[in-house]
This record gives sequence, C-alpha cells and structure tokens, in this order.
Amino acid sequence: MTAPGLARLAGIPEVSTVLDDQSPDVPEIIRGTGHLPEMRVDPIGLFHRVRAECGDVGRFRLADKDVVLVSGAEANEVFFRAPDELLDQAAAYPFMTPIFGKGVVFDASPEERQQMLKNQALRGDMMRGHAQTIEAEIRRMVAGWGDEGEIDLLDFFAELTIYTTSACLIGKPFREELDASFARHYHELERGTDAIAYVDPHADIDSFRLRDAAREKLVALVQGIIDRRKERGKVPRDRRDLLDVLISLDMSADHITGIFISMMFAGHHTSSGTASWAMIELLRHPDVLSEVVAELDALYADGSEVSFQALRSIPVLESALKETLRLHPPLIILMRLVREDFELLGTTIPAGTLLAASPRVSNRIEGDFPEAGRFEPGRYIDPRQEDLQNRWTWIPFGAGKHRCVGNAFAMMQMKAIFSVILRDFTFEPAQPLDSYQDDFTKMVIQLKQPCRVKYRRRAGR
Amino acid sequence: MRVVADTGVCQAHRLCQGDAPDVFGFDEENDVVVVLDERPDESRRKDVATAVKYCPAFALSIEED
Repeated sequence: MTAPGLARLAGIPEVSTVLDDQSPDVPEIIRGTGHLPEMRVDPIGLFHRVRAECGDVGRFRLADKDVVLVSGAEANEVFFRAPDELLDQAAAYPFMTPIFGKGVVFDASPEERQQMLKNQALRGDMMRGHAQTIEAEIRRMVAGWGDEGEIDLLDFFAELTIYTTSACLIGKPFREELDASFARHYHELERGTDAIAYVDPHADIDSFRLRDAAREKLVALVQGIIDRRKERGKVPRDRRDLLDVLISLDMSADHITGIFISMMFAGHHTSSGTASWAMIELLRHPDVLSEVVAELDALYADGSEVSFQALRSIPVLESALKETLRLHPPLIILMRLVREDFELLGTTIPAGTLLAASPRVSNRIEGDFPEAGRFEPGRYIDPRQEDLQNRWTWIPFGAGKHRCVGNAFAMMQMKAIFSVILRDFTFEPAQPLDSYQDDFTKMVIQLKQPCRVKYRRRAGR
Repeated sequence: MRVVADTGVCQAHRLCQGDAPDVFGFDEENDVVVVLDERPDESRRKDVATAVKYCPAFALSIEED
C-alpha cells in the first residue's frame, strides 16, 4: 500500500492483538501476518472484538492487506449497495481460486446473475420441479433407515445436499452418476479453505494437498461420465442436462468440473450446515420442536404433498429456520477488494484495502435483536419481523444486489427436508447438547465431528 | 399503506407478481420491479405483506401512513 493510503487508514481504529503473530506456535509461513494467525483459529472472537473495540468501522491486518470490517445498519448498507466496479468480490477470496480452477469465475456480475435467473435453474417457476426433486432425494436418503439408528449430521446433510444441488442445478442424469464418493471429495475441497491462502493459496500444507488431490479425483469422475456419454451418443432433448450442453461446446473435463464445483459451492456447505444447525437448535429447544412438529402434522393431515407445501408458508418452521440462520450464518465474513478509493461514513477507504461485513457479528447486534444470543423464533412473527425491520443487519444471506440469489431455493429445501424427516421420525441428541460445535479453522465453516443424533420411526409411519 | 420498491436491490425474481399482480409489475427493459399501485386498498394488505415477506432480495416494504 502507498504511504498516503496508510495515512488515511490511520483514521480507522485497529483492533487489538491477542495472538502474537511471531509466536513459535504460529506456522512459519504466516508469521508476521498480523491478525491472520488469529483468524485461522478464532475468527469469531476476532470479528466481534473489532466491533466491541472499534465500533461500526474497524480494521485488522491479513498479511499485506488491511481489512476494514464494518457492522451496523448504516455502514452495512453502504457496503452492500456499492457497485461491483468499486468493490470486487472475486479478488477478495484467494482461497477459492484453486478450488474452482483456472478460467472459472468466482461469481457472476449482477447483470449476469439476472440473466441466469431469467433463463436458468433458480427461476421462480422452476421451483415446483426442484421441490419434487428434493423431496425424492430426501426420501432416498432415509429409505434405508429402518426403525431406529444414528446419523452423523455433517455426513448425512453434506451427502444429501450434493444430490439436491447437482440434481437441481446441473441435471438429474448427472446426479444419477454420483454416489457418496463425490460428496467425500467435495468435502475435501471445502476443507481446503485455510486462511493461509491469503499468503499463498498453493502453500505446501496438508489441507491444500488434499484439496488439489480431491479436485483431480472429481475431474476424473466427471471425465468418466463424459466418456460414457460420448460412447452412448446423442439422446432426445428432454433427457439432456447441462453436462451434455457443455460437452457439445467441447469443454475439457477440467473446465466442466470447475464450473460444476462453482455452481454447487454456494448451495452446498451453506445448506448442509443450516440443516444441521436447525436440527441441533430444535433438539436444544424441545418446546419449539414440538410446535414445529404440530404445525407439520396439521399441514400434512390432508395428505398434501411436501413439494407443494415447501413452496408455501410454513410460519413456525420458517421462524425456526430464520433464527438458526441468524445465530449460525454459514458465511461469517463477506469480503470485497476496494478497486477505487471508497467513501464510507465520512472516511475514505483507499484502493487496495479489503472491505468486509460480518453476518455473524451483525446478526447479533443487541440493539437490533434484543437478547441477541438467544434462540427466539418469535422475533419473526408479526409485528416484530426482526428480519424485515433490520434488512441491513439481518444478513445471513448477505444483502443488496449480491444477496444470495438462491435464498428462496434454500428455504424451500430446508422446509422440504424438515417436512419429510420430522413427520416420519423423532430425533434425540446422541451426545451432550453443548458438544455440537462448528470448526472455524477453515474459511468454509463446517460442524465439528462427531455430531451425531439418534432417530426413531414414529408410530404408524 | 404505501408500497415501496427498492430497485437498487431488486434481483428480478418476480415472485411479487405472483402474490399481488395488481400491485407489482415488471420493467422488462431495466429488469426490475415496478409498483403499479402505490396505495392499494387495505383489502390487499395480506397479499402485499406476503410479497414483502418472501421477496428473495428484500427489495419491498410497506410504509404506514
């Protein structure tokens, strides 16, 4: 950064340091990188401390980048409304590049996103078909469950959401070629998001080696599918999927795999984690769980279909899901690279700075969400509507033009999942309730294993 | 009530048109929602409130007079 840039940043308070970046416990490659070592082990502590010590606008340091972290409605609104030319998403997530591969964009521009919406899989009128697909996938997953047993939440939902995202976004013929091995390799990709990537996305560390090996295995799987399709020859239009289209464009297996990885990425660990945390929060709050079960029993008493109801209002379940998302947002920090000097609440943020907002911090601002640490689904019921009342701080899906384009799909998927599993099964924890925790050591946050629950088939189901 | 649409955040999901087609329209050229009836009759409140609640972009709101 240039000297004038530094001088201007000096007007923004910097958060304290609690982990010495020269400590012998810090991996050598990230010694002297400011707050990077802390972000690798306790990002939530770091982000909350920025707000506690610095207020709405504070900063920390990641290697050679200053990160200005904003929170609160006013600053968040400026952040989320800024055009892409000023705040660049792709450049802010260096840990994603080796996962997607060369030539695959991180995220489309708002214009491209709208075009995709108009033509593609997330369109409103496609949702009915997706709801049917998702219901069928859940039923397949629980078909072998028997009357009672135990599952690991991470394994179960990560596999389920591989099938749902691939079936809905890429196509059913492609999904039919996948088994649990695809989910396992995909999981290794997600585990390969160590913040060390801010120094070197190709550093010689285990999780990056596993990441690269997993990507190669995925490419090999996709190559196999491509070969079988080529051997099979053309099929009628109604049996084709996106893979056939990309094959016809002569794309390499590597490129196609990268596109599929990126298409599935936004919808995979996010949905998997939310389903897991919703289950955990319901187990922690049996009163809410019984209300949800009663609501679902009443809703489906007339034999109506999950794929129909999941697209409609299920208020108690929806509130529990929203509260889960508020407390456990799948992405805890959203970052942008500042392309041109940027004005924020009277301060100039110089080009080259990283600007960030934190769903985890904003979602728990006490002034906006009274008793912010408490799981309280009642806060979404009229007239409180704390999500709509706080649209710049209730941000589990982000906000503004880049607000998660798949959020309606995601909510529908959650409603379908819980409609199926709560109507046919009861659940109880298989370990102490406070032992369910997230693993924050990677930028993609996932549940720490073990995270097991027991199920039992309900009488007469 | 007054119905307000924030075209700066609208993502053109067009779900609002399904909920209240008499209140919400669509500007094809600019790919954003248009409010057809800024002050709909009180009898339309339920549908408008549904559109506001389920807008995937959080682009809609009702302002009370």
